[in-house]
Amino acid sequence: MTTMTLNDTTLDVDAEGYLQKPEQWTPAIGEAIAREMGVTMTDRHWVVCNFMRERYLTTGSAPSIRSLGKESGVPIKELYELFPRGPAKYASRIAGIPKPHGCI
Amino acid sequence: MSRILILGAGTAGTIMANRLRRRFAKDVAAGKTSITVVDEDPRHIYQPGLLFVPFGVYRPDDIVRPRRMQLHEDVTYKPGAIEMVIPEDHAVLLKDGTRLPYDVLVVATGTRIAPEETEGMMGPEWHHAVFDFYTVEGATALARKLSTWRGGKLVVNVVEMPIKCPVAPLEFSFLADWYFTMRHMRDTVDITYATPLDGAFTRPIAAQHIGDLLDRKHIGLVTEFNAGRVDNERKVLVSWDGRELPFDVLVTIPLHQGAAYLKATPSLVDDNLFVRTNPATLQSTAFPDIFAIGDATNLPTSKAGSVAHFESEVLDDNIGHFLAGEPLEDGFDGHANCFVETGFDQALLLDFNYDTEPLPGRYPLPIGPMTLLGESRMNHMGKMAFKWVYWNLLLPGHTIPGIPARMSMRGKLAPATT
Ligand SMILES: Cc1cc2nc3c(=O)[nH]c(=O)nc-3n(C[C@H](O)[C@H](O)[C@H](O)COP(=O)(O)OP(=O)(O)OC[C@H]3O[C@@H](n4cnc5c(N)ncnc54)[C@H](O)[C@@H]3O)c2cc1C
Repeated sequence: MTTMTLNDTTLDVDAEGYLQKPEQWTPAIGEAIAREMGVTMTDRHWVVCNFMRERYLTTGSAPSIRSLGKESGVPIKELYELFPRGPAKYASRIAGIPKPHGCI
Repeated sequence: MSRILILGAGTAGTIMANRLRRRFAKDVAAGKTSITVVDEDPRHIYQPGLLFVPFGVYRPDDIVRPRRMQLHEDVTYKPGAIEMVIPEDHAVLLKDGTRLPYDVLVVATGTRIAPEETEGMMGPEWHHAVFDFYTVEGATALARKLSTWRGGKLVVNVVEMPIKCPVAPLEFSFLADWYFTMRHMRDTVDITYATPLDGAFTRPIAAQHIGDLLDRKHIGLVTEFNAGRVDNERKVLVSWDGRELPFDVLVTIPLHQGAAYLKATPSLVDDNLFVRTNPATLQSTAFPDIFAIGDATNLPTSKAGSVAHFESEVLDDNIGHFLAGEPLEDGFDGHANCFVETGFDQALLLDFNYDTEPLPGRYPLPIGPMTLLGESRMNHMGKMAFKWVYWNLLLPGHTIPGIPARMSMRGKLAPATT
């Protein structure tokens, strides 16, 4: 495992920059990761990231795109407008949870 | 009396039934242990062979055998569709009303393609210009189409990960290049490979090698393409972010899900209906008397027959431990071993696990005879021999000499650490 420093905090990350310890995350760190990836966070972005994080922490796995679309309150089309290059990948990185299994 | 119940008699379920029968041979013969397997389809399909059907290398008959014949005669085979698992009652209900109680349950119902989940996929062009090749029906329809096709735009698209055998759509593209070259019409066919990933493959070193191969074979690569719908009228595949890929033939690898009956037991599965499974013991994370194997699990390794085979060695031991009241072993390391057919009688070989990505080198010994991440004719011969190995060694549940369940670093070239 490698580490990365953001906002003066040392974070455990994998080779692609996904946080490996969700407890090291704060909203400010999420904000900083987003900035690094070129995403400007709005309330709608946060609805998605918070939903993903919540679901990961309660069930141990991130939701699929389809259930994000059905249950987060943000329809799939809008998910891709918010995160054009892949909502699951981008939102999970910003939400400070490991890369979703589906990406392996 | 111990009752072992296995759901699904595909690759994983068949291997498990035959292995457990051997483990408990005396008890099974004496009626002290029962092994029951349920499946709804009387045909056992050698799925790796589906790749070759569209190109006329195999006919459907070459890859299908009767399911019962693959199971030892002391295993009870129960044909029928599963309705639901009732973990609280330690029982499974079949569609015909039969109730099967168990002391230990193995979920091995694999994964199914769900083309209906993508808008327009199953529209008027389904099996006319839009094809899957993960089913016998799809692969056969595609073979018919390609044999008379005059050329045009061929798009190969993976809708969403995970899919089973993540290298199969790449192999399809390589074989298409070979097939149209042999038919002297390669210059009339434009092949594009479109993937939701950010490279040709999931892990970086292999993605680089495979990306180079696509390039050399003049196959276009479109990355981070998340297919949203198929426009049947205009024959274009449209991504969620509005990009369009026009096609004359679209070969799709549709969304994959676990078996539909698992919807009735939400505590057992994730959003895609894959069983939440302990990555090392293969036990369900929700119920101690339930285990999962093969494509049905949510584990972060490839969904491949080789994986089911390696898992079976661990699960065989752990079911023994479970029934004896002993602690389980953390035996599974995510080991996967996949041949990647690249056309013109060549293939690559990938060998990896949860922690080690596919690396270049030699396999299984430092002198080979196989080549890791490099094309060779020996690898191709290994791929073609896999059919015999599948029916005669894998399904009966034998260990394959020289190929242990745990991945080995022998022969691999580790990347320079940074
Ligand atoms: C085109 C292609 C190429 C491939 N190439 C390779 C390769 O080269 N190497 C490799 O190792 N792997 C390869 N694979 C993958 C391999 O075939 C699978 O990973 C393997 O078959 C998984 O085994 P399984 O038992 O988990 O699932 P399956 O073999 O699919 O078995 C699941 C079984 O469950 C049954 N079932 C499902 N739902 C129900 C229900 N409700 N009621 C009753 N029965 C049910 C089904 O009928 C089926 O028999 C390939 C797959 C494809 C499609």
